[in-house]
Amino acid sequence: MTYLFETDEHAALRAQVRRFAASAIAPHSAAWEEDEEFPAALYPAAAAAGVLGIGFPEAHGGSGGDLGHILVASEELILAGRSVGTAVGLGSLGIALPLIVRFGTDEQKARFVAPTLGGERISALAITEPGGGSDVASLTTRAVKDGDHYVVTGAKTFITSGTRADLVVTAVRTGGPGHGGVSMLVIEKGTPGFEVSKKLKKTGWWASDTAELTFDEARVPIANRIGPENGAFPMIMMNFVGERLALAGQCVAIAELCYRESIAYAKDRTAFGKRLTGFQVTRHKLADMATRLAAARALTGEVCARAMRGQMVAAQAAMAKNAATDMLAFVADAAVQIFGGAGYMRETLVERLYRDARLYPIGGGTREIMNEIISKAEGY
Amino acid sequence: MKILVPIKRVPDPALKTKVKDGAIDLTGANWVVNPFDEYAVETALRLLENGEAGARVAGAEIVVVTIGPEDAAQQLRSALATGADRAIRVDAEDKALDAGVVVAALVQIIAAEKPDLVILGKQAVDGDANQVGQMLAGKLGWAQATFAASVELAADQKSVLVGREVDAGVEYKRIGTPGILTVDLRIVSPHSVKNNVTPATFAYPDGPRYASLKGIMAAKKKPMDVKKLSDYGVTTTPVTREVGIELPAARAAGQIVADIPTLVKKLADEAKAI
Ligand SMILES: Cc1cc2nc3c(=O)[nH]c(=O)nc-3n(C[C@H](O)[C@H](O)[C@H](O)COP(=O)(O)OP(=O)(O)OC[C@H]3O[C@@H](n4cnc5c(N)ncnc54)[C@H](O)[C@@H]3O)c2cc1C
Repeated sequence: MTYLFETDEHAALRAQVRRFAASAIAPHSAAWEEDEEFPAALYPAAAAAGVLGIGFPEAHGGSGGDLGHILVASEELILAGRSVGTAVGLGSLGIALPLIVRFGTDEQKARFVAPTLGGERISALAITEPGGGSDVASLTTRAVKDGDHYVVTGAKTFITSGTRADLVVTAVRTGGPGHGGVSMLVIEKGTPGFEVSKKLKKTGWWASDTAELTFDEARVPIANRIGPENGAFPMIMMNFVGERLALAGQCVAIAELCYRESIAYAKDRTAFGKRLTGFQVTRHKLADMATRLAAARALTGEVCARAMRGQMVAAQAAMAKNAATDMLAFVADAAVQIFGGAGYMRETLVERLYRDARLYPIGGGTREIMNEIISKAEGY
Repeated sequence: MKILVPIKRVPDPALKTKVKDGAIDLTGANWVVNPFDEYAVETALRLLENGEAGARVAGAEIVVVTIGPEDAAQQLRSALATGADRAIRVDAEDKALDAGVVVAALVQIIAAEKPDLVILGKQAVDGDANQVGQMLAGKLGWAQATFAASVELAADQKSVLVGREVDAGVEYKRIGTPGILTVDLRIVSPHSVKNNVTPATFAYPDGPRYASLKGIMAAKKKPMDVKKLSDYGVTTTPVTREVGIELPAARAAGQIVADIPTLVKKLADEAKAI
């Protein structure tokens, strides 16, 4: 199934991304996941195929398009590439750059956005800290003005693409406590005092590197501040909407892949002298997977369509994310069950997808935080 | 210079062919541009651009044409998205077509369009007939170079030098324009197409180019004429007839043999291969 908002144009885009992912990612997907890294050469290759710039304006080196194009492109990247880690690793620019595109100066866009979309530089977004991620307004990484620089001290953790990032869009505290004291700085690799302190081992998303970063009196030019001083909190919240819809879209894509793998296996595998699809219980399990998948896709697509019309959808994006993560938890688990013992084996795709799935109710704002957002919007 | 590229839609060759009730089951088929035709479009693009600067050389035009039903417009759009300038779709159901009908239509389209070169895929991967290019050259009385693995457009654009891989090596053939070229996979290697405009050292990415999202959006606005076979006065009807469709017999499971004498004996007695 596809999203209701899709046109022939989306179908053509899907075909292009499918071809790229099938040739450039799929043959290596298992190896890259086991290596816990994909080669950095994939960035320029993806840029040349027009994949990296989707959803970014042409004026800044992007390919044009909107959130709908981002959703379908990332779905094909996952379906045809068969490596969620690779797709989300490549995708870290999708959370790092919109802040610069929306709130940066032309000079900042030229320095940071175009080279990242061209595959020459790697970008990451760093908000979460070892002391806490959900409570963004309490972040403690400190940036103190000193001449034309900020001196940054603190740490960030769980940062996607952090070990290789050339630029880290970092939330820091420049003012007093609470959300009124947060600013956004682009901290570049090679800045003295900025270090990758750890590459983290994870449950899933293996091909995507995740880092802990430390800043020990790192001197960052004031020219690298995105948006106004102490004004970053609303920017971060706005950025979350696109990120959450993109994450919901990834859940839909991963579930679609689990579902397709399950159908193929159930049609092929025999037990008690018949195919697994010969058992009503298996057919109904597949039917339940299809139904929940269709429901999550419908909500994700609807909220995406509303966002594209310019509606404020923070709470609806939170609903879509929760609906999609719950759906994926069910679908990935059912897929493993259909595969039986093979579903528990590292060589089986659904085993890996099951682990990848666990991230989604945590990353980009937890399931509980989504419910807080929904509660506030609903007025209770 | 004007290049005409006829393209055909085929069911996605990456997917398994389904046979139902003695016919290929095309319900829900995923249609794609025949891969060799994609290479033909790529060849045309490379011949008519300055690869280094990206822009089309002045006065150059690429027209893509398909003979097929309404859905086939999507495959034309995908050629337009990679850079072709305009498209013609001659409306016809797949069942009403065979190589003879397609060639009869192309002869008329060529008479109307007057291209300098017609570039085709060497064959379509559905029927693998490998006939249209050669028949077209015969009907038009034009020079042809088939299975091109490399092509170089002369600086005066009056001829092309075509490399063809043959058993003994590479055969080079120069044909004058207007002419017919059919292309093989090798034509989309990084250095296979030269045009005396793009620097000779320029390396293309391996394979046909990707359509950018911008190209996809621009393709919607490019002209696409829709014609009928009768517009071209084509009255030819298919002479080929489908007698039956069967999947090849399932392959027997492999065997592991103990030693070479057993292998030789089995090859002789069972496989009858030696
Ligand atoms: C693989 C991976 C990649 C990531 N990539 C990035 C990245 O690129 N950039 C980045 O900045 N961050 C990234 N994150 C971090 C992610 O956004 C955080 O993990 C997430 O926001 C939760 O923060 P936390 O881990 O500190 O959990 P905590 O905030 O400590 O929460 C712990 C638990 O308490 C619950 N909780 C907290 N507050 C409330 C409340 N008010 N009501 C009810 N329950 C509550 C939470 O829901 C959760 O269950 C990544 C995380 C992972 C796992």
